[in-house]
Amino acid sequence: MVVAAAHDVVVGLAVGIPVLVVAVGAGVALRFRGRGPASTVPPGEVAADVPTGAELAAGAEATRVAEAEPAAREGAEPAPSPAGAAPVPGAEAPAAEVLPEEAPEAAALPEEAPTYRGRLGKARGLLAGYLGAVRSRGKIDATTWDDLEEALIRADVGVGATDAILDDLRARVKANEIAGPDALLDALRADLAAALDAPDRTLAPMGSARAGSDDGDRSVDVWLFVGVNGVGKTTTLGKVATRLTAGGASVVLAAGDTFRAAAGEQLALWASRSGSEIVRGAEGGDPSSVVYDAVQRAAARQADIVLADTAGRLHNKANLIEELKKIRRVSDRAPGRVTEVLLVIDATTGQNGLAQAAVFTEAVDVTGVVLTKLDGTAKGGIVVAIQRELGLPVKLVGLGEGPGDLVDFDPVSFVDALF
Amino acid sequence: MFERLSDRFEGILGRLRNRGRLTEADIEEVLREIRTALLEADVEIGVVRTFVGAVRERCVGLELSRALSPGQQVVKIVNEELTGLLGGESLRITYASRPPTVVLLAGLQGSGKTTTAAKLARWFKQQGRNPMLVGADLQRPAAVEQLRVLAGQIGVTVFSEPSDPVAVAQAGLAEARRLGRDVCIVDTAGRLAIDAELMEEVRRIAEVVSPDYTFLVIDAMTGQDAVSTATAFHETLTLDGVILTKLDGDARGGAALSVKEVVGRPIAFASTGERLEDFDLFHPDRMADRILGMGDVLSLIEQAERTFDEGTAAKAAAAMLEGRFTLDDFLEQLQQVKRMGPLSGVLSMLPGLSKDVKQASSMIDDRQVGQVEAIIRSMTPAERADPSTIDGSRRLRIANGSGTTTTDVNALLKQFREMQKLMKGFGKGGLAGAMGGLGGLFGRGGPKLSPAALAELQGSSDLMGGPGGPLAGLPGAGALPGMGGGVPGAAGGPVRSSKGAKGKGGRKGKGGGRVTPKSR
Repeated sequence: MVVAAAHDVVVGLAVGIPVLVVAVGAGVALRFRGRGPASTVPPGEVAADVPTGAELAAGAEATRVAEAEPAAREGAEPAPSPAGAAPVPGAEAPAAEVLPEEAPEAAALPEEAPTYRGRLGKARGLLAGYLGAVRSRGKIDATTWDDLEEALIRADVGVGATDAILDDLRARVKANEIAGPDALLDALRADLAAALDAPDRTLAPMGSARAGSDDGDRSVDVWLFVGVNGVGKTTTLGKVATRLTAGGASVVLAAGDTFRAAAGEQLALWASRSGSEIVRGAEGGDPSSVVYDAVQRAAARQADIVLADTAGRLHNKANLIEELKKIRRVSDRAPGRVTEVLLVIDATTGQNGLAQAAVFTEAVDVTGVVLTKLDGTAKGGIVVAIQRELGLPVKLVGLGEGPGDLVDFDPVSFVDALF
Repeated sequence: MFERLSDRFEGILGRLRNRGRLTEADIEEVLREIRTALLEADVEIGVVRTFVGAVRERCVGLELSRALSPGQQVVKIVNEELTGLLGGESLRITYASRPPTVVLLAGLQGSGKTTTAAKLARWFKQQGRNPMLVGADLQRPAAVEQLRVLAGQIGVTVFSEPSDPVAVAQAGLAEARRLGRDVCIVDTAGRLAIDAELMEEVRRIAEVVSPDYTFLVIDAMTGQDAVSTATAFHETLTLDGVILTKLDGDARGGAALSVKEVVGRPIAFASTGERLEDFDLFHPDRMADRILGMGDVLSLIEQAERTFDEGTAAKAAAAMLEGRFTLDDFLEQLQQVKRMGPLSGVLSMLPGLSKDVKQASSMIDDRQVGQVEAIIRSMTPAERADPSTIDGSRRLRIANGSGTTTTDVNALLKQFREMQKLMKGFGKGGLAGAMGGLGGLFGRGGPKLSPAALAELQGSSDLMGGPGGPLAGLPGAGALPGMGGGVPGAAGGPVRSSKGAKGKGGRKGKGGGRVTPKSR
């Protein structure tokens, strides 16, 4: 009886769905014709490799200061041991408490290096058990491979990337290039770091817009911050602003998130913290026009750069992705030029991160990834897959809520933290 | 990489179809695929292992069934196990005998607590309650401001003050008592499970407000870390349930399964959109389909049951199969489908549709369908019965009458003709003819199936649909996906999607009761 009733429903659907499909097809056809050629992706120019002019020194300064830190790290040889897994709970007060009037001093930046290590250290231990087991068994057997696979999967590296990495290692073990668990772990570490190594991970230097322009009418660099909801775009933008102003740049923030309630207020607080100017629009207003106004303002005041916040949007919402494309097109109009499009990804994100990166990259030519919330237990291994599949480099890493908790990405310490 | 589990099963099991019994090697291969699919859906690896073990146990002793092919049996087992893992029942909220009922929200940064707080308040309001919100997130700049704005939209009071979170929570509760509110929702700052200091803070908040419900708010996109986070929060707060956010994304949400399994607490609510009303109690049974990549077929069937007039549908089906399906029938059916809700919503629930179609469908608004309706309504009854009488001047009249252009009228007529051909295909040539028609339905770049593919497709019709198939007791519910297979052409989709049309189209035939399963 139930079956009979269900059968009727199915007959109903069998008729209804083709009708729907035709109707929708017609709708789409009409719609596509209506939109015209306007949706062509703007020519994406990435000015990352533009030669640094004298005027960029200020902006580059900040980057350089932070760059000093991987060097400092080199001294500490990666020597993960299972015993080292014990995190020190509360040993380090979170730098998250932010004094509202805290002056953004450049001096604060060099202290990041220990912070980075310390924070990541807290989250250690998840994988250390597996790797310790691998090491202690003394030989490479089936269990070794299972352990390694599980460790990588737990770090959210994903099945595809994990298989590829381990298959390669298996072949090398078979060819007797790798002997013993220690050598295997070292090879794995090296492979992962190599997989994350990108030719250029530095941010576009200040003045790239001008340098990349033949007629000199592009004087304002624009960096867009994009991503799905809740990954930390606004916070990241605030931290970048703090870093740039500390380096002497004059920064205008564009409150392009006109959707989320009070996103503008949140950014305004970051503006005052970092000593940047902010351009806001009406809540629910057109985000493109906010960014446009910010570029105009920056040009008028001869500011160096506009950092544009955008509303969080899920990558499967076509209309919102269209909106983002428009923001990018408008930002790229003289005197502005988009020199960075930073995709913010939350370290807790699982395999969906790859889909996010693919869609955003196709839509707005993402130039780099910012991996946030890496101070938690999540390992952010999805960036391995993102780099592998899309060639998108991780440029920055977020380690907390404070202005200083943003550091340059370093593959070696990232991989060390995995182990 | 993003292949659906059902597609993969079809691939593997298709090869096994001729055999009566699965060998151990077959089972291992299938289990490997299940494992990969679950991992790609972000189910925690330990949970995956347990799950695969359970499925293996049931598969190994599998008795040869008359009614089901081995493949169908495996799918059935997987579905049952998965639904079992997710838990059968939705959570029922009971209210404190001495109001207010206190609800505490906690979670990582950016999981959506503040928005969820407002959505929850709206939900309680809908249940006839009188909620109040307490903004105890003093960490993130402007978080309280955000809560106030959202609360303003739904007419709910917010309590907060710039002191410390524990004091705010305590004072908020007192305020709710004073105002006689019967539900008090406390929003807290995002915190990492390993941040001892902040975890202590939220523990103290829980201590002073002694919540009736403590919910962990968790993002559907969360990966393997979901388990350690949920475990840590559970240890500190003793959770009553989980609220799953951002389910409107395309993440499979395997984290939900992991948390349910490891913490043993149900998913209480799910948030499925940016608007405050996109929020409701969670239906665990439906999540199984999503994780497996089968779409929310059950929801669709339910909606269809509510809205479809079965008499009309049967009549139309008959007309369709006899090849006398007129524009009038089309219009009638269109209105029935429309009653099921916004078209993009209906489409998004169909399994087997490619990403391109879903992308396209999210751009469709019902006005465009209205346009199609307007065109048909501008025709005379005679024209609707026989569209071939529509010549140039009639076309112009119709276009003027419906406020469209002759090109629009032409497009509709062309598609309608294609559909008629397709319908005749169902009647005459069975599946192959129909599927060929589907391929051509949207000529521009749509998937064209080769004769070989069509033959294969007919053969594969007994894969997953039949009685006792994955959608227990709904024979041929899988009917739907195949129909969509033709659409990608409309969105300029890649040929890859013809795959969806293939295997699942097979189910269609069977579901419609037209093609008897071939036991070869």
